[in-house]
Amino acid sequence: MDYLGQQLINGLTLGGVYALIALGYTLVYGVLQILNFAHGDVYMIGAFLGFFAMTWLGGPLAPTVPVALMLLVMFLIAMMGTGLLGIVIERFAYRPLRNSTRIAPLISALGVSILLQNGALLIFSPSIRSYDTSSYIPSTLGFSVGELTIDSVRLGVLVLSAVLMILLTKWVNGTQVGRAMRAIAYDKDAAVMMGIDVDRVIRWTFFVGAALAGAAGVMNGLLLRGVSSGMGLIPGLKGFTAAVIGGIGSVPGAMLGGLLLGVIESLAQGYLSTNFADTITFILLITFMLFRPNGILGRPMMVKV
Amino acid sequence: MSESLLKMENVDTFYGSIHILQKVNLEVGVGELVCLLGGNACGKSTTLKTILGIVKPKAGTITFAGEDVTKVGTPGRVKLGMAVVPENRRLFAPMTVLENLKLGAYVRGEADPADLERVFELFPKLRDRQSQLAGTLSGGEQQMVAVGRALMSRPKLILMDEPSMGLAPKFVEQSFEMISNLHKSGVSMLVVEQNANMALAIADRGYVLQTGRVVLTGSAKELSGHEELRKAYLGR
Ligand SMILES: Nc1ncnc2c1ncn2[C@@H]1O[C@H](COP(=O)(O)OP(=O)(O)OP(=O)(O)O)[C@@H](O)[C@H]1O
Ligand SMILES: [Mg+2]
Repeated sequence: MDYLGQQLINGLTLGGVYALIALGYTLVYGVLQILNFAHGDVYMIGAFLGFFAMTWLGGPLAPTVPVALMLLVMFLIAMMGTGLLGIVIERFAYRPLRNSTRIAPLISALGVSILLQNGALLIFSPSIRSYDTSSYIPSTLGFSVGELTIDSVRLGVLVLSAVLMILLTKWVNGTQVGRAMRAIAYDKDAAVMMGIDVDRVIRWTFFVGAALAGAAGVMNGLLLRGVSSGMGLIPGLKGFTAAVIGGIGSVPGAMLGGLLLGVIESLAQGYLSTNFADTITFILLITFMLFRPNGILGRPMMVKV
Repeated sequence: MSESLLKMENVDTFYGSIHILQKVNLEVGVGELVCLLGGNACGKSTTLKTILGIVKPKAGTITFAGEDVTKVGTPGRVKLGMAVVPENRRLFAPMTVLENLKLGAYVRGEADPADLERVFELFPKLRDRQSQLAGTLSGGEQQMVAVGRALMSRPKLILMDEPSMGLAPKFVEQSFEMISNLHKSGVSMLVVEQNANMALAIADRGYVLQTGRVVLTGSAKELSGHEELRKAYLGR
C-alpha cells in the first residue's frame, strides 16, 4: 500500500510537469492548428535559464539570497525568458507560414528545434550542469503521512504545478484575452469581426504556453538536477502525448492527460521495469492516435460553415 | 439625411482577380436605418466586410465618424464604433451566452456591467440563460445574443447581415420589430436583407445592389413604390 502510494505521489509530481508542457501544445494547437514541436526545446531553455539564475545568485553552495527568493527568481527568469522566446518563435517561424500548407509549420518547428538545441550546445557548451538541489533544499523539509513520505522538492513541484494550472484556468476562462483565445480556436473569422486583434492574442498564447514549459524545465532541474541541451526531446514528446491523451486543443484535457501519463509511467516503473516508462508513453501515443485521436476530453473536429 | 456617419466612395473590392464591388457609393447618416437589398451573390456581404475591413478594397475610400478608415484594420474600426451581426450570426457556440456578450466588448477592455444590464433589459430572456451554451439556444435566442453582442461595444453603427435568415416565420416579424425599436432608440444601422418588403417598411433609406453595383437608391418610400424593384424583388 505505501509502495503504491509512493508511486502515485511520484506519478502525480511527474504528471504535473508533463501537464505544464502539454498545455503549451494544446493552447497553440487551439489557436493555430499547428503542432509546435520546438516546445520541448523551449522547456530545455527554461531549465538552463533557471540554472543560470541560480548561478547568478551565488550558486547551489553559496546562495547570496534566501533560498525561497532564489527559487522565485529562478522560476520568474525562466518563465519570462521562455515566454519571450515563444513570442519570437511565433513571429519568425510560424507567422510567415500562417497561410501555407499544413506541413510547412511542422518543418519550421523542426528547424527551430534543431536551432535551439545546437544553439544551446554551442553557447552553453556540452557539459551537463546540475541544479544540485540537495545542497540548498534539505529533503527533510518534506513530511510523511504514515509510511508515505513526500520530500520537500516533490511537494514544492506538486504544489507549484497545481497553482500554475489553477492560474492558467482562471486566465483562460476569466479574462478577455483567454476568452478571445477560445473564440479564435472556435471561429477565427468571427473573432476578427468582434474586433479581436488575433495576432496579439496568438502572441499571448505563445507567451503563456512557453512560460509554462519554462517552469516545467526548472521543476525538472530541481527534481532530477541534470541540465543539458538534449534534455527537451523526451519530455517534449511526453507532453505531446499527454496533450493527445487528454484531447489536443482541450485545456482540462492537457492537465488530465499529463497527470494520467505521469501516474501510468510511475506505476509501470514501479511494478514492471524501470526501462518501461518511455516505451509505455509511445505505446499510449500510438494507441490514442489510432483509436481515439480526439483524446479523452477532446471534441470531434468542429465543422464550420 | 442627417450628418454623415459612414461613407463609401467609389469602392472597388476584389476576391483574387474577381471584381465584386464596382464603384460602390453608399452613405449612412447618424441615427439612420439604411437597408441594403439585392439578390443572391450580388455582393451584400462583401459590402459589409469591406466596411468592417475584413476585406480591403482595391480602390475608393471609406470614411467613418469623420475619419478616413480605408487603411485601418478591423480592430481599429470596431474601436471607432462599428459592430456587426454577421451572416448566420456566428456565435461562439461552445461558449456561454454571457461569454459571447463579453466578447462583444473586447475592444473596450472589460465588459461594462451597465452595458450587460442594458442588453438584458432589451432581451429579458437572455438574463435567465446567461450560463447556457450559445450553441444550444433556439434560433430566435441566438439572434438576441448576436444583437446583444454587437451592442456590448457601444457601437455608433451596427452592420447587420440578414438578421432574419433562418428564423421561423413568427420570429421574423419579431426580429424586424426589434430592429425598428433599436433604430427608434437612436442606433444607426445598415441592414442587409433579402426580405425587401419588410426591410423597407422599417428603413429610412435603401440601396439596391446588382452584381456588385448600386443600381438604385432612395428613400424607403420611393423604393417601395418603385416599379422595377417591385418586379425584381418585392414580388417574391
Ligand atoms: N472569400 C471569397 N473568396 C472568393 N469569392 C468570394 C468570397 N466571398 C464571396 N465570394 C463571391 O463574391 C460574390 C459576392 O458574395 P457575397 O457573399 O458578398 O454575396 P451576397 O450578396 O451576400 O450573397 P447572399 O445573398 O448569398 O448572402 C459571390 O459570387 C461569392 O461567390
Ligand atoms: Mg451574404
